[in-house]
Amino acid sequence: MAESTTETVTITVDGKQVEAKPGEMIIAAAERAGVYIPRFCYHPRMRPVGMCRMCLVEVTGPRGPVLTPACFVPVADGQEIVTDSPKVKKAQDGVLEFLLINHPLDCPVCDKGGECPLQDQTLAFGPGESRFVEEKRHWEKPISLSDLVYLDRERCIQCDRCTRFADEVAGDPLIEFVGRGDHIEVNTFPDQPFSSYFSGNTVQLCPVGALLAKPYRFKARPWDLEQVESTCTMCSFGCRVAVQSSANQLTRYIGIDSDPVNHGWLCDKGRFSYQWVNSEERLSAPLVRKGDELVEASWGEALAAVAKGVKGAIDVHGPSTVAVLGGARLPNEDQYAWAKLAKSVIGTDHVDAQMGDGLPASVVLGLPRATIDEACAADAVILLAPDVKEVLPVLYLRLRSAAVDGRVPMVELSPRSSGLTRYCAASLGYRPGEAAAVARALVANQSPTAEVGGVSVEALTAARQAIGGASRVVVVLGRPSLAESAESVVEAAAVLAGLPDARFLPALSRSNVLGALDMGLAPGVLPGRVALDAGRAWWSQAGAWSSVPETAGLDAAGILRDAAVGKIQALVLLGADPATDFPDRELARQAVVGAGFVVAVDTFLNESAKQADVVLPAAGFAERPGTTTNIEGRVTRLGQKIVPPGTAWPDWMIAVELAARLGGDLGVETVEGLWDEIVQFAPSHAGASRAVLADRAHRDGLVLPLPFAAAAEPAEEPAEPMDPTAAPGIAAVEAPPADFSTAPAAVEKMERPGMIEFRAPADAAPLPQLDSYALRLVVTKPLYDDGTLVQHSPALAGLAREPRVRANHYDLDRLGLGTGGRVRVQSPRTSFVAEAEVDDGVPRGSVALTFGEHAGALIDVSQPVIDVRLETP
Amino acid sequence: MTVTNAAPIVTRRHGLPEAWTLKSYLDNGGYTSLRRALAMPPEQITQEVLTSNLLGRGGAGFEAGRKWGMLRKAQPVYLVVNGDESEPATFKDHMLLENDPHQLIEGVVICAYAIGAAQAFIYVRGEFALAQERLQAALNEAYQHGAVGEDVFGSGFTVDVVVHPGAGAYICGEETALIESLEGKRGFPRIKPPYFPAAIGLYGAPTVVNNVETLSNLPWIVENGGAAFAALGQGRSTGTRIFSLSGHVNRPGNYEVEMAKTTFRDLIEHYGGGVRNGRQVKAFIPGGASSYWFGPESLDMALDQDVVGKAGSMLGSGAITVMDDQTCMVRAAWRITKFFNRESCGQCTPCREGSGWVEKVMRRIEEGAGREEDLDLLVDVLDNIAPGLSWPPQQTTICVLGPSIPSAIMSGLRMFRDEFLVHIKEGACPYG
Repeated sequence: MAESTTETVTITVDGKQVEAKPGEMIIAAAERAGVYIPRFCYHPRMRPVGMCRMCLVEVTGPRGPVLTPACFVPVADGQEIVTDSPKVKKAQDGVLEFLLINHPLDCPVCDKGGECPLQDQTLAFGPGESRFVEEKRHWEKPISLSDLVYLDRERCIQCDRCTRFADEVAGDPLIEFVGRGDHIEVNTFPDQPFSSYFSGNTVQLCPVGALLAKPYRFKARPWDLEQVESTCTMCSFGCRVAVQSSANQLTRYIGIDSDPVNHGWLCDKGRFSYQWVNSEERLSAPLVRKGDELVEASWGEALAAVAKGVKGAIDVHGPSTVAVLGGARLPNEDQYAWAKLAKSVIGTDHVDAQMGDGLPASVVLGLPRATIDEACAADAVILLAPDVKEVLPVLYLRLRSAAVDGRVPMVELSPRSSGLTRYCAASLGYRPGEAAAVARALVANQSPTAEVGGVSVEALTAARQAIGGASRVVVVLGRPSLAESAESVVEAAAVLAGLPDARFLPALSRSNVLGALDMGLAPGVLPGRVALDAGRAWWSQAGAWSSVPETAGLDAAGILRDAAVGKIQALVLLGADPATDFPDRELARQAVVGAGFVVAVDTFLNESAKQADVVLPAAGFAERPGTTTNIEGRVTRLGQKIVPPGTAWPDWMIAVELAARLGGDLGVETVEGLWDEIVQFAPSHAGASRAVLADRAHRDGLVLPLPFAAAAEPAEEPAEPMDPTAAPGIAAVEAPPADFSTAPAAVEKMERPGMIEFRAPADAAPLPQLDSYALRLVVTKPLYDDGTLVQHSPALAGLAREPRVRANHYDLDRLGLGTGGRVRVQSPRTSFVAEAEVDDGVPRGSVALTFGEHAGALIDVSQPVIDVRLETP
Repeated sequence: MTVTNAAPIVTRRHGLPEAWTLKSYLDNGGYTSLRRALAMPPEQITQEVLTSNLLGRGGAGFEAGRKWGMLRKAQPVYLVVNGDESEPATFKDHMLLENDPHQLIEGVVICAYAIGAAQAFIYVRGEFALAQERLQAALNEAYQHGAVGEDVFGSGFTVDVVVHPGAGAYICGEETALIESLEGKRGFPRIKPPYFPAAIGLYGAPTVVNNVETLSNLPWIVENGGAAFAALGQGRSTGTRIFSLSGHVNRPGNYEVEMAKTTFRDLIEHYGGGVRNGRQVKAFIPGGASSYWFGPESLDMALDQDVVGKAGSMLGSGAITVMDDQTCMVRAAWRITKFFNRESCGQCTPCREGSGWVEKVMRRIEEGAGREEDLDLLVDVLDNIAPGLSWPPQQTTICVLGPSIPSAIMSGLRMFRDEFLVHIKEGACPYG
């Protein structure tokens, strides 16, 4: 007999012998064997509770066959399980009858009607009629649990899914059972709304129509919805979603359980962001400036105006007076088209998809990359990143689970506490700008003897203990604060890169920013994670590019600085709104005014676009096919479900047209053609052909670059079937259509350039001395911000909070201020009065603000750190 | 004035002036057993308890010594004392806590020493205000006296004991719900497996959960030896036990009697002074609201756990309620059902929904709006709550509260079906 690496036990399910994994629950083992045991409370991603009793099956034990809950009784060798005996049938009938006696059966007006596990399982397993003649239980319907969720307690079947989710998965135990017996109800605690970033998941999990999403309530009937698989691009985590629509309007997103990524969960920002796509204020026609006004124009007219403006700049001052800013929100194919347009056709390397909140492309692409799963299974995790709960919410869920369930020790280097702080073995609250010194103390051979960068010896010692001896460390790397330079973070990353086997998970949160870096939408890089110089020959000879810029261009800050002084003549804003989105709002405003010619390619007429000379309407999410790339480098397919408003075009198409009008040729005319070209020539994307990506075995996408041998090979086993009750409503979700009628040509025989490798940069410049009256500024991004997309999603717009000036109680005490007091913030640039908040998660000597108008006015990107003074107004 | 010669054990100091104080306790031999126990190897104490065959006095009647022996080998080990006595008509622990708290504390420390627990919790029903007060006062005295805390009586053994008040839920008497409640969570019984807190209990640690009366027996057993205890009673039902006698008797109250050698009739007639007003016993509940009822033909049955068990009911919490011939059996069954409906924790569908359903049907019948088909409906719905309707239950919901719901109604239906039919036919309760 062949030796197997994993032991199995043999059980019998309805007379059929089945191999099962020891410890596996009967319900799961039976499901893999094709026997579906009905259930309500069981959920594969949560702890079993055995409450609904719907999964009773007969299990033969020492006392003969006994009705046993299949959801929490593990398999045992030789177990005989019967799921369809008269005894089981009676138990199922009984449970369903019980569940229905107090259920209002108001299915005609229930959002869940048509996709309801209670309906479906009653049909399949329930009694035909009810014998209940008494008065049903009544509750006020519905009550508001939060800004986004209603609860109809009459419909609730007390399965504990929502409450378990809130407690176990989200770590926000804000809903709980109240009362006893048949008067038990789910509710919030008095005066504490269910204000969780993840509240929408409870709606998705609810096996009845008890939990309702306010934005979706009464909006659609499930059988009218069409749906397609896609990936949420509100951040870069890459949650898989079923995008649902009706009558060319998006109606709902439901999380798909992607094992390596989101486990079925979504954050509320992602879940309800479909609203901006439907917004009435979407740009639907090109606009061209006529004097002080932007007036509607035809595409021909608008493109001609763009070509004239760009050409004018090139002809007079050369291609390096043209810059392209933005592009992180575009699919990979569109990014590639724009990279090719800018770098090959126009000939400028002043291209940056990051808006001053990221890290240099060479750092992100060069550091050894970790997957999300690797981070969650690491020996230790070091967080040198923004608050992932705010900017990559589902990564927060995964890391939280790793810390709580997997006991992965985590150490945080952060100038303010974060959502993960309470799960960290140590949180090193460093003084902004001094992360590198703290990182050095963390990895040093000698124990610290004195405070470093504002971090105490005790905290450092605890952190050193937590990561001591860890051989597989994953660093979650991003910008902890927008008010300190990227250089200081890169210097710290370089220190941590010295840890043996350290891998990095980028915490750059901007939509498809990782795709943008891969596609070359950054200065100094070319598509495929190659450096400009290393890839020049390949791309211009084998790679179908006519030319490659001679020297590396400017990053966003450099572009804006040059634009402000007129050195950038033509500025293309590719889904970018520097006036509200760039950390240094003063510089951004000057740049938009200073650039001679500004083109905005966008979905909304945002603050920057209002200043533009030409505005081109772009297709939005779910309005075009393509692919996107997440923080791991995982490429997944985007599904199109609706058509763009008016005459809005996908961005790639705009690039193709512009290229032609500039006298060039992108050489491709379809999205598929763009992907084929990427796969053919980009070293990082070799093997990830359309056929491979569309293979259902790769429904979770592909982490690139593919291991050499694995390229183009189908995965071993197809993804597991979805449990129809785990996420009601997505049983019929389809993959985006795939077309393989054209095959990419073979690559020419020429050696591909090597991908970028990380090289430690020179140390950052020394910091100015912090004077004793000043506090060092920390600026972080909140989940709900004043950005265009949130503000055009009515359900989310109101969730953005007025930023408060947060500081340690020591620092506010000195001013005699407490939470709610008014405080003046003074910097060399500006001064304003705002509300103060005592927050001991901000170390002494620092002051924290969330990004917005005030913070944007304080930040001066030419400074490594920002020092401000607090005064009583 | 006992039926047998056995002297009371756990109630022997009751009635002494200020029996709950340390002074009274010490004056009457208190804490000598603990000193003796601390001089014994812990295993020997467990062995004595095994020899005594002391059955748990909380309701399930599991051998205390065996429970200790099942502890998973891990540290820490916790001892939890179940003083959440809430079964209707059960009031023995209440009296033990109020009248002899030091006896319990001594038992707790002996047990903690035997099982190697450094921390014990006494979970006392929330409504027992005086009991909590006296127990806490006694505990403070015991700490002062050196009987609890660091280095008990200079033996090197250290144990801390905490009194924790419950918050008013019957279900928290279920040991896993009690543990959840003690952990600060909602009192929901835990799923089984793991079957016993001895494997995974409080804070996930191996835990012994024993009843107040059970542990109150320990000082006597240590003093007199397990064999002396086992010499009392018969078969597996050894020693003496407190029975809470209530209902239509002339002298309701707690009576500590020798097990197995005393009968229900002894208890009701000899101790309880017979049925009030010279009436007859119509039925009696032998072991708390959860147990199946007996008729007068069972009066001569011995108070023996196994004998009562074989007869299809249980001695349970030792609460015997007598119903005389003027009692409406429909109303009696409805009242008990209403209790279970109120106290169901709400976790399991059959118990949560089923208890409310049968309560409504029972109320309807009692109020004269019953239908003949309701009787079959009741049986079938009860069978859906506890498949098989057998006692002990074959299959349970997460805990045994659900399977306890049928006992009263099924007893009523089996023994007094005619009375149900009269309610239905006359459209009113014949007892008014």
